[in-house]
Amino acid sequence: MIIAFLMLLVFGAVRMRFEADLEAERKALYFHGAKFNLSLEERIGQMAFVAALSGFRGPIADGLWIYAHVLWEDVQWGRMKVAMDGATELQPRCIVFWENAGWHMAYNASVAAMEDKTQPRLALRVKAQHEYWRMGEDYFLRGIQNNPDSATLYTRLGSFYKEKLEDHAKAAWAYGEGAKLPNAPVFLHRFAAYQIAKIPGREREAYDLLKQYYLNGEDEQLPTLLTELGKLQEKLKIPPEQKIAIPSAPHP
Amino acid sequence: MTATATAPAPSTRHQIFSFTRVTAIASNTLLELVRLKVFYFLLIFGFIVIGISFFTSKMTFQEQHQALKSASLGAMSIFTWLLAVLATAMLLPKDIEDRTLYTILAKPVPRFEYLLGKFVGVLLLLFIALSLMSMLFLAVLYFAEQGAIEQTIRTTPPQDLPAALDQVHRSTFNSDLLPGIVVIYFKSALCAALTLLISTFASSSIFTVIVSVIAALIGHIQPIAREAYLSSGNAGPLAKAFFALVALAMPDLRALDLADDVIAGNVIPMLLFLKTIGLGSTYIGVYFLVGYFMFAGKEL
Repeated sequence: MIIAFLMLLVFGAVRMRFEADLEAERKALYFHGAKFNLSLEERIGQMAFVAALSGFRGPIADGLWIYAHVLWEDVQWGRMKVAMDGATELQPRCIVFWENAGWHMAYNASVAAMEDKTQPRLALRVKAQHEYWRMGEDYFLRGIQNNPDSATLYTRLGSFYKEKLEDHAKAAWAYGEGAKLPNAPVFLHRFAAYQIAKIPGREREAYDLLKQYYLNGEDEQLPTLLTELGKLQEKLKIPPEQKIAIPSAPHP
Repeated sequence: MTATATAPAPSTRHQIFSFTRVTAIASNTLLELVRLKVFYFLLIFGFIVIGISFFTSKMTFQEQHQALKSASLGAMSIFTWLLAVLATAMLLPKDIEDRTLYTILAKPVPRFEYLLGKFVGVLLLLFIALSLMSMLFLAVLYFAEQGAIEQTIRTTPPQDLPAALDQVHRSTFNSDLLPGIVVIYFKSALCAALTLLISTFASSSIFTVIVSVIAALIGHIQPIAREAYLSSGNAGPLAKAFFALVALAMPDLRALDLADDVIAGNVIPMLLFLKTIGLGSTYIGVYFLVGYFMFAGKEL
């Protein structure tokens, strides 16, 4: 018995270094990113916490996500956020969770707050709306922190800045960062340029970018790009000989 | 006139290791386990997989497929782990109780072959169980994908269709599903080897099951607890020694935790997968050998 125990200890000593290297390799790939702490236990409950610790992190996270979906149908934003927090913390590499959590808060909950008929004061409704925007932004940003290789989250963040905050500088930054990634959608670099065009003082930069994309070939010569390029040519007073001939849109 | 020539005596030379004997014990073990109707759990698995696909039908197809994969791979992990622990825990006590063990070992069957045969029988059972669950899961996932494709074709403008269909496909089948299932198999095989090791010195099946379950839980929790505690800066020399002892003696089952990352849609590099499998195989081999060492010295 003692010899067997000693054999296990020797094996433990031999494997420990290899396991540490393997874990470091996984951390570098952003695997095993779930942080087990007391706040997580409070959010998901003790039994779920123990189950998640015992190797069933994925199924618990999905259970919480399904629960969050049920709460969404019941329009319980607060409890829904707690469930989504639990799911995203348990599965921080799951893009769908971050993407939808951000969307629920920044789009659905914020609109519901503005249309809240139980709150007669507009100032408080606006305040609540801004709170939900901040929560949505927080999901997108934390999602990116855990998944810096995800162009999807940068795209969603850029759209949020553009559509909700109307902060074109931040939107351009988000789209631009996403466009640098290898799995980026083909339109993202153009989206970044369109946003730059809306930032006062950076029109020349936007024009140069859009002109470069235009010269890349027919694949890039899309209606929005042509329209933006035309507007910028007028705005920057580009000399006629340097202007790109923008074909007028065909009438239906 | 009588024939005095005698026929040559048949060769009775005993082989030190016989693959045939191991195969015979393994197939008998598998047969015994199958006769216990262990595959009835597949019904529960079927309910879970089909149920979750109906329950999540209101969600977006990404969320739906995510939940289906998570529930299925999670259920596969739980069922193979339970099967590994429960099937292995009863092997030796049952053979001792039925006195089959004495009958086998009274023949020229080395204890190593007996134990290996029993273990291979459990490994085969786990393989069959996991294969059946995988087939069921992949079939349901295929139908879910077909449903999503039909819906996408109906609702997406033609110019966006290729990208949308690619998104559907990526949310269902990806090349990392198979490595995820393979890792689940190795993890359950590791738990079986650990249970076999415990059963070689345990006094009863219940003791083996309880200790194996606790060992598996400690195996999952101890690396997380160690990291959290040691990084807090509060660890004294006694605590450090305790954690070191636990880390040396208990398996690090988190090292074989790839299924959750597969569920999340992560790409598993081939080298990482091979290293994980290699580590799992080493664990299985070492635990089996230590188990044999214990069993060889056991007074029966």
